[in-house]
Amino acid sequence: MEPIHIVSGKVVPLDRSDVDTDQIIPSGWLKRVERTGFGAGLFSQWREEPGFVLNQPEHARATILLTGARFGVGSSREHAVWALLDYGFRAVIAPSFGDIFRNNSTKAGLVPVELGVEEAAELMSAIQADPDLEVVIDVERLTVEAPKIGFTAKFPIDPFTQHRLLEGLDDIGLSLAHADAIMAYEATRADWLPVT
Amino acid sequence: MAQTLSEKVWDRHVVHAGNAAEPDLLYIDLHLVHEVTSPQAFEGLRLAGRGVRRPDLTVATMDHNVPTAGIDQPIADPVSRRQMEVLAENCRQFGIRLYPMGHRNQGIVHVISPELGLTQPGMTIVCGDSHTSTHGAFGALAFGMGTSEVEHVLATQTLPQRRPGTMSVVVDGELPVGVTAKDVILAVIGRIGTGGGIGHIIEYRGSAFRGLSMEGRMTVCNMSIEAGAKAGMIAPDDTTFAYLEGRPHAPSGAAWEKALDHWRSLTTDHGATFDKEVVFDASALAPHVTWGTNPGQVARLDGRVPHPDDALDAGERDSIARALSYMGLSGGEAVRSIPVDTVFIGSCTNSRIEDLRAAATVARGRKVKTGVRTLVVPGSGVVKEQAEAEGLDRIFIDAGFDWRQPGCSMCLAMNPDTLAPGERCASTSNRNFEGRQGRGGRSHLVSPAVAAATAIAGTFSAPEDLA
Ligand code: SF4
Repeated sequence: MEPIHIVSGKVVPLDRSDVDTDQIIPSGWLKRVERTGFGAGLFSQWREEPGFVLNQPEHARATILLTGARFGVGSSREHAVWALLDYGFRAVIAPSFGDIFRNNSTKAGLVPVELGVEEAAELMSAIQADPDLEVVIDVERLTVEAPKIGFTAKFPIDPFTQHRLLEGLDDIGLSLAHADAIMAYEATRADWLPVT
Repeated sequence: MAQTLSEKVWDRHVVHAGNAAEPDLLYIDLHLVHEVTSPQAFEGLRLAGRGVRRPDLTVATMDHNVPTAGIDQPIADPVSRRQMEVLAENCRQFGIRLYPMGHRNQGIVHVISPELGLTQPGMTIVCGDSHTSTHGAFGALAFGMGTSEVEHVLATQTLPQRRPGTMSVVVDGELPVGVTAKDVILAVIGRIGTGGGIGHIIEYRGSAFRGLSMEGRMTVCNMSIEAGAKAGMIAPDDTTFAYLEGRPHAPSGAAWEKALDHWRSLTTDHGATFDKEVVFDASALAPHVTWGTNPGQVARLDGRVPHPDDALDAGERDSIARALSYMGLSGGEAVRSIPVDTVFIGSCTNSRIEDLRAAATVARGRKVKTGVRTLVVPGSGVVKEQAEAEGLDRIFIDAGFDWRQPGCSMCLAMNPDTLAPGERCASTSNRNFEGRQGRGGRSHLVSPAVAAATAIAGTFSAPEDLA
């Protein structure tokens, strides 16, 4: 994973709540055995509607997705994160996220930015009024800013995840540093536990 | 200090204790693998030159892509076929036991693990699949994860995890006749919403859950994720132990006694507190049907579909209107008046033997309404075998139901079993998301008994509505 300090750019305002991962990447796309090439499948059912927000030329080349509560609930498919990344998004702003989606995002290098309901609504109106509004997400200071309109807000990410994002660290390497503890634990496991 | 069930299981799996900055590192007792969320994880291992730490704690099957008809023929879809071949190759290369298509133990990953006795109380169980919460029915701490985490568990047999909150869902009292486990969990999600459990592990408590069979408890825990929860759990008891005893991977002899001693300690201590609590009165529950495009959008079978004007705020109004429009409903109609095109009985929520028995009881001696398409898809080869030994397949076939081979099937429509645009389906599965069962398909989640009755009546019905 590449280190991430700042995500900045234009924002796509997807004003819907409960956007589940089946919508983000429909199941027909999950048959691929690669990690790449999912961008074309991003919201592919909704993109069939000409009026869908992602189809609007003014939102081309955005790097941030702004959406409603409970984004990414449902299926655990990390393909949803890969699709958002492949399409060009580097961060998603929402009032809340599905737990697994949120986890998957930080493993793959997509920043999940949780804002208060009112802050998110304020930003939504601002982007709808001005699609070119530039937003800056700072992973070090944990801030979201839209300098042109004086918008600024904080978002939470636990220190461990923040550190991983900033350094671009491989989670597996970090856990393997505890190899001795893993071995010691294994020696204490009950002998009736099943093996496959 | 008094502890909840989930805290006990959590604490017993901490390999390295975290702190404010660092998560706990948890040991994983069992890792379930299927073809859809694993190929990129195995590829990651190869790229990093890593192996699988504990192939003996890992088991794989094919479920999402498998066709449910003509499985002796080559798989028509080359991309599906390739994904299944890749799983077989990966299992061979890394020494992982695989139950492939056609094997009697093949089936939906969350059906086969309990059936093999691999799912046991107090274990940590993970899978690259959100419905891993199912295994919590045994008092295991079981949760879904993404592909990066699949790779992590393959390589380390551990996962770094922050401790979630605890949530108690109590349903006390006796369930009215005709109210099933599926109706209970739909009612719970209808009340707490699709975000009600986010960041929490739910423990289901109270006499209504104690009275459920293991199959019913699995149905409940299965849908915890639909309330946004990290996991769902039910403390193990004699029902759990009776289900496990004698299963292929359950302990036996002296080991069984030792295991039992441990399992009996897996209850929430008196005086332990939860971060969130909700209480339901079992006697007030009724059969439920989802009307919208998320599992929180439910109505009673004897009720009506809501109207946008019923909404409390503009946001809700908007989402009701959007859901109604997708579902081809206008709002306000009586649920019982809505006709269906298709009935699907299956999925990791409701494809176990008891589910099939419930549906067969309704189907016996009756006929599916002309024009209604039906699929009955057992959850595993073993369920299919048992159902056939009990003659359930004959009951279904005589009534006009289509009896299929095991797999996920129309639950997510990755195989040829899909809904056509606009097709309306009563489904015993767990997700009524837009397009979940096929592009433009309209899904209504129901119990197996309601699904079977609906197939016969042609409109949403309970068994007692049938002549
Ligand atoms: S039956 Fe449906 S929900 Fe269950 S594992 Fe298969 S696809 Fe997922």
